[in-house]
Amino acid sequence: MRNLVAFPLLGLAIILQSSVFSQIKLLSGYADLPLIMLASWALQERVKSAWHWTILGCAMLAFVSSMPWPVLVIGYFGVVFVAQTLQKRVWQAPLLAMFSVTFIGTLFTHFIAFIVLLVLGTPLAFGDVAGSITLPSLLLNMLFSIPVYAFMRDLARWVYPVEEFE
Amino acid sequence: MNSRSLQTTIIFLVVGGIFILALGGFFGSASRKFDSALIEVQTYIASRFLGIQDFFTAPRDIVSLRNRNADLETQVSQLQAQVIELQQLTSETERLAALVDFASSKAENTYKAAAVIGRDPSPFLHYIIINRGSNSKIRRGMPVVTNQGLVGRVDAVIADAARVQLITDPASAVNSILQNADTNAMTLGSVTGDISLDLISQDVSVESGDLVLTSGLGGGYPSDIIIGQVVTVRRLEFELFQQATIQPAVDFTRLSIVLVITNFRSVDISPLEPLPLP
Repeated sequence: MRNLVAFPLLGLAIILQSSVFSQIKLLSGYADLPLIMLASWALQERVKSAWHWTILGCAMLAFVSSMPWPVLVIGYFGVVFVAQTLQKRVWQAPLLAMFSVTFIGTLFTHFIAFIVLLVLGTPLAFGDVAGSITLPSLLLNMLFSIPVYAFMRDLARWVYPVEEFE
Repeated sequence: MNSRSLQTTIIFLVVGGIFILALGGFFGSASRKFDSALIEVQTYIASRFLGIQDFFTAPRDIVSLRNRNADLETQVSQLQAQVIELQQLTSETERLAALVDFASSKAENTYKAAAVIGRDPSPFLHYIIINRGSNSKIRRGMPVVTNQGLVGRVDAVIADAARVQLITDPASAVNSILQNADTNAMTLGSVTGDISLDLISQDVSVESGDLVLTSGLGGGYPSDIIIGQVVTVRRLEFELFQQATIQPAVDFTRLSIVLVITNFRSVDISPLEPLPLP
C-alpha cells in the first residue's frame, strides 16, 4: 500500500520539473527530475515496483509534455532497465551505480528524443543538441542525482521496511 | 565671640577673598595657572566619574539596546517583505496595464489573459502551459501574444489549462513579412531557443534592425503582429535564399502573463496542399 506514494510523489516531481527545474537552465539544457527519481528508485535493492513507477511516470509525463510518448516510454524504460541491471552487479557502490545510470540514462533518453524528433520532421542539428542541451543536462542531472538518491533511499526504507525475525 | 573664633573667621575671609579674586583673574598669570590647574582637576575627576558611571550602567544599556536592535531588525525585515511584495504588485500592475493598452489598441481582437504556470518538461521542446483551457473558450490553434509581440499558438487544451507552442520551438514555422522590404519570409525556431528568418528572396535588401511581422499567410496567425527585429543577415550568392537571425520582441525567459486571441480561428490548409507524387 505504501507504494501508492508514487502518485503524489511523481505528480509533485513532474510539477517541479515543469515549473522549477525547467527554469534552472544551463545553456539550453536542464535537469530531468523524473528520470533521476526513477533511476534512483530502480537502484534500491529492496524495491520491487520500479516498473510500476516507470509506467506511472511515463503516463504523467505524456500528459504534460508534447514529446511523443514513444520517446518517453523507450527512454524511461531503458533507464530503469539499465538501473536494475547495474543494481545487481555493482550493488556495493550505490553512488557509482547512480552516477553511471544517470550518465547512460541521460545520453540514452536524449538520443531517443533526437532520433524520434528528427524522424518526425523537426529540424535539429546534432552539434546544437549535444552542446547546448545534452551536455549541460548531463551535468545538472549528475549534480542533482546525489540528493535525489539519498531521498529515494530513505523512501525505499519506508516503503519496504526490513522485517525483523525473533 | 572669643578671640580664637574671630581669628578663624578672619583667616577664612582672607583666604576666601584671595580664592575669589584668583578665580576672577585678578592675579594675572598666577591666577590663570590656578584656574587651569583647577579645570584639569575638574576634568580628570569628571572623566573618571563618567567612566565609573558607564561601568555600572552599561550592562543594563546593552541589554536594552539589544532588545531595541532586535525590535528594529524585525521591523526592517517586515518592511523589506512589504517592499518586495509592493514591488511585485507594481511590476504585475505595470505588465497588466501594458497588456490592457495593447488589447485596447487592437480593438478588433478579443483577448483572454492567462498566467504561465509551467514549461514543457523536455529541453528539446519550447512549450509553455497556461492556466486557461476549454472552460475559458480557449481552442487549439488560437494565437498567443503579449504587448511586446507574438508568443506562439495553442497546441493542446484541457478544461482548465492549455499548452502553447512558442515561436522558438524547433518545429515552429511562422509566415512573416519584412516590414521595410515588404517581402515574405518564414520565421523558424530552433532547439537553442533562437529564431531565424529564412526563405528571404535574394533580390531583397535586408538591413539590421528591420522589423519582422506576421504576414497572415497560411491562416495560422493573424497579420501584423510583431515578431522581432533583424540582427544579422547571411547572404550567399550560391544559395537560393537569404537568412537572417532575429531578436524576438518577446522575452521568452520572463513570460508570466500572456493574451490568447480568442476570436481568431486558424485555418487548416493541409487539404489544399499538393500531395507528393507516388
